[in-house]
Amino acid sequence: MGVEIRVEGLTKSFGGQVIWRDVTLTLPSGEINVMLGPSGTGKSVFLKCLVGLLKPDRGHIYIESHDLATCGERELYEVRKLFGVLFQDGALFGSMNLYDNVAFPLREHTRRSESEIRSIVMEKIELVGLLGAERKLPGEISGGMRKRAGLARALVLDPQIMLFDEPDSGLDPVRTAYLNQLIVDLNQQTGATFLIVTHDINTARTVPDNIGLLYHRHLAMFGPREMCLCSEEPVVRQFLNAQRIGPIGMAEEKDADELAAEAASGAALPPLPPIPLQLEPSNGLPRYTQRPAGQWCLAHGVKPPPGSFQPNVSTAPGAAFAAERGRA
Amino acid sequence: MRMSERSSWQPTAPLRATGNLFGFALDVFRALPRRPFQWREFLQQAWFLASVTIVPTALVAIPFGAVIALQVGGLIKQFGAQSFAGAAMVLAVVREAAPIATALLIAGAGGSAICADLGSRKIREELDAMRVLGIDPLHRLVVPRVLGAMFVAFFLNGLVSVVGVIGGYIFNVILQGGTPGAYLASFTALAQLPDLWAGEIKALVFGLIAGIVASYKGMNAGGGPKGVGDAVNQSVVITFMLLFFANFVMQAIYFQVVPPKGA
Repeated sequence: MGVEIRVEGLTKSFGGQVIWRDVTLTLPSGEINVMLGPSGTGKSVFLKCLVGLLKPDRGHIYIESHDLATCGERELYEVRKLFGVLFQDGALFGSMNLYDNVAFPLREHTRRSESEIRSIVMEKIELVGLLGAERKLPGEISGGMRKRAGLARALVLDPQIMLFDEPDSGLDPVRTAYLNQLIVDLNQQTGATFLIVTHDINTARTVPDNIGLLYHRHLAMFGPREMCLCSEEPVVRQFLNAQRIGPIGMAEEKDADELAAEAASGAALPPLPPIPLQLEPSNGLPRYTQRPAGQWCLAHGVKPPPGSFQPNVSTAPGAAFAAERGRA
Repeated sequence: MRMSERSSWQPTAPLRATGNLFGFALDVFRALPRRPFQWREFLQQAWFLASVTIVPTALVAIPFGAVIALQVGGLIKQFGAQSFAGAAMVLAVVREAAPIATALLIAGAGGSAICADLGSRKIREELDAMRVLGIDPLHRLVVPRVLGAMFVAFFLNGLVSVVGVIGGYIFNVILQGGTPGAYLASFTALAQLPDLWAGEIKALVFGLIAGIVASYKGMNAGGGPKGVGDAVNQSVVITFMLLFFANFVMQAIYFQVVPPKGA
């Protein structure tokens, strides 16, 4: 079963420059969470703080009875056994082939025999679709394969918490779709708590139970997927719908003059596109933490955008807007 | 990221860097006795270091011995003390030349290789991945490398001593027309056994310093492939400075502790 992560008042800065401050959120046990944010807002830094690779300046990260922000090195190594982390480029050990890479955590942390290790490793390698490539070195395979091998290695100790650092960066849309399906299936099978750091809108709209958005050195929003997708909050709306109109500019946030000019020109955000259905596990059975479509909207009296939760809603950003225009 | 961390240079920056290096060294010492010891990594690293240093060391040692023979041979002729040529050679090679040549090679060839290896692991996030998998890279990677560097330095010192003395003999006897008997007979006139031990202890310390500096620089490399190149460069320069300084200090202590022969 998954583990809850409670983050309170987390602040991190590098050399006087604040990355984000007072981030408070709870990643509920067993749910899939996505952390979004424009490039350079410290999403990866947040992830590294969660596994204790970076120490936050202030705040707490509670996992079970441990506080990762204050605990000692030894305790940290103990807590990390709960984690599986997929790094951006897979972070495979360059001197070992894929098989040895995936077997590495088992050999270091367990006293299993080589034949037991072999069956576990081959199972994970098959799960990520790398059967036949297990004798290759990381330098000899493509980025997508490295990523999948990194995933197999992260899964091998049956983690309670899975963190993904941009699983979709550098992957083609088809492979991204497969990977997203794999993530949902894994969540169903393992019941672990998932956190995906990404800026892929498709992933954010369809995969998670909860969405968070880091922007302008703070956590702009964190909550259920339907809440974020219905949100009228300009930043959330702009980002989740990949629009140019809104407070986020090319370099950083737009200043008051630019916003005033934008308002004067009559540019307004298009209406919210329909909310797509959440991606379901491939065996058709619901995930343990899955909520019925539209439940949050119903419970909170929020009217979802027209056309929401229809099976044929396009997931590509902008497409819904185009359709809306065509009709108008 | 590390680049932008220090937007303005602060006067305490060198102190902080020194403190970090020292703290790293203490961490390595703390990780030293932790079980299980990584024998496999230790043997691989020792073998690797030996393979990159043995041939250059031997090739450096021959001209090193020869140049000392040249200097000492000329000087000693002016004093009319040719019979002591061998004694002076052994003294110079065993006490100074061998540890210095070892230091050059272990820092230049061994240290740079260690630094480049750890640096590229660092920028590929391999070290982070290892930490997340619950394995301390200090214990798993750095300790075996530091011990490997010490182990190899110890034997390199012996190698340089032997090759240097042989090189000096060939130069002195064959090229400068010295007498083989006098060269060999005077071997122990000035040099004594503690000289050899002192040289070996120096070599161990050199290996330790080179291993720690190279590992520290490698594990703190940042800023992509260029960062690794910078780290290697800095690691070699810093190691050289530390080694020559340590050499001086140790030699000064040695002269206080062990009286010269016949004194």
